[in-house]
Amino acid sequence: MLKRVHFKHPVLPYLLVAPQLAVTLIFFIWPAAQALWQSMLVQDAFGLGTQFVWFQNYLELWGDPQYLNSIKVTAIFTISVTALGIGSGLFLATMADRVIRFASGYRTLLITPYAVAPAVAGVLWLFLFNPTVGILAYLMQGMGIAWNPLVNGEDAMIMVIIAAAWKQVSYNFVFFLAGLQSIPRSLIEAAAIDGAGPFRRFWTVIFPLLSPTTFFLMVVNLVYAFFETFATIHATTSGGPSNATNIMVYKVYKDGFVGLDLGSSAAQSVVLMFIVIALTVVQFRYVERRVEYGT
Amino acid sequence: MIERRRGLTVFSHAVLWCGLAVVVLPVYLAFVASTHPLDAVLTAPIPVLPGDMFWENYTAVLTGDVANFGSAPVVLMLANSLVMALGIAVGKIAISVISAYAIVYFKFPLRTLFFWLIFVTLMLPVEVRIIPTFEVAANLALLNTYQGLILPLIASATATFLFRQFFLTIPDQMLEAARIDGAGPIRFFIDIVLPLSRTNIAALFVILFIYGWNQYLWPLLVTTDQDMGTIVVGISNLIQVAEAEPRWPYVMATTILALIPPVVVIVLMQRQFVRGLVEQEK
Repeated sequence: MLKRVHFKHPVLPYLLVAPQLAVTLIFFIWPAAQALWQSMLVQDAFGLGTQFVWFQNYLELWGDPQYLNSIKVTAIFTISVTALGIGSGLFLATMADRVIRFASGYRTLLITPYAVAPAVAGVLWLFLFNPTVGILAYLMQGMGIAWNPLVNGEDAMIMVIIAAAWKQVSYNFVFFLAGLQSIPRSLIEAAAIDGAGPFRRFWTVIFPLLSPTTFFLMVVNLVYAFFETFATIHATTSGGPSNATNIMVYKVYKDGFVGLDLGSSAAQSVVLMFIVIALTVVQFRYVERRVEYGT
Repeated sequence: MIERRRGLTVFSHAVLWCGLAVVVLPVYLAFVASTHPLDAVLTAPIPVLPGDMFWENYTAVLTGDVANFGSAPVVLMLANSLVMALGIAVGKIAISVISAYAIVYFKFPLRTLFFWLIFVTLMLPVEVRIIPTFEVAANLALLNTYQGLILPLIASATATFLFRQFFLTIPDQMLEAARIDGAGPIRFFIDIVLPLSRTNIAALFVILFIYGWNQYLWPLLVTTDQDMGTIVVGISNLIQVAEAEPRWPYVMATTILALIPPVVVIVLMQRQFVRGLVEQEK
């Protein structure tokens, strides 16, 4: 970690880390500690006094059907976004790795959605799926499918999953393509000589060799779907209709910022904090180790 | 190419074209909608070719010359977003590069502790500490200021790691040679380390600019004054206009304007972008 040849200086290194450390302490660690503290407080009805209640806020969450619903919604949402994003990213990258014509054109265009903000992606799809003006809604109505994400919870969920995954496909595509290009040609040639067709080569050679990338992307996509999709939800469904897309991050915001139930919102924050910590630990412990072709 | 299989090649192209369609169509249709009057968008079937209201609609939203639209002029929001994105990108790079330099090139007490403190920020995204962070910003009088939009977001564990990783690959001889020539730590940093980091900085800049431009939750919290709002947050205000049907042509014109800057950056600096992104895995 430290260079063998290095400097010694009584103040300079502290000055160099000071800005980063100041921001970290003031805007990250202190608020996180505050969240922990607030999660054990209850405010009285008039907001005049607070009472220390240990883990009561957490216990109440467990009995709260709204919260349990939000966990379920989050699970469906994150798993779908991750699966759809990784699946399509891998599929497109495999195809892009094969072709020679237009290769760079495909690449440039497929990468661009990464630049689109999650909220903007949400609005684009909201427009396409909007029952009065959306072209996709129009086509579906033409096919006799009743479609209205503004009132139907399932439709709303499908819409936000597509909007969230659409943006993330680019990210996965970049990593899979880089992964595919780093696989030695000789391995694939050897498999081809042994008589394996393209399909078989993919499942027995290429896919196992991509497993470190896939695993890394799974963690990153889960983090994305858990947290960054706040914007997608806020800009499109606001958690509705009737809480059908009220993912956990959105609920923290709504309960705390709109509902002003600080104790409960803080407790929910802390639950989320544990989820990120768990995901980060998984990422650093296992991704570093490079899950490779486990037979 | 291992073997020629015409069928498979055709299939690959077909799949990629479908992928492109899914990528391009939402943006194209948004553009089309932004060039029509409202009633054309509201009557089915929706137009699929651009209309003739391009200048009218875009100048209207850019100057904010739209009655009861509930938004500041888009020019203003674009400027706010630009300041925020540049501030975040430059700020993150600046504070990360110097802290990584300290951690790699200096031996000092508490070094490891500092490293871990920076690492912890990875685990504390704004989303898990919404209200207390807002309270801190409010207490420091940062609401509705550029500092408030930028400062709380510029700590960066990933950027610090990236620079640390890179500094570790700079050969020790460099420092030894610099020392013999009489260079101190600051001189060595400015004349050797920074120029060597140029490509890393460029790669990181692309990613962080996009990251900054696309921020949503934090600007939503700290800006209550419409004149300080950013464009990405501004769009969602346009959609939630008092239960009425949103004015789609204007909304879509704003949306297109919001996605142009980051898209231009990513297309022009594609190589740096891919490099920066893939480096993060390491």
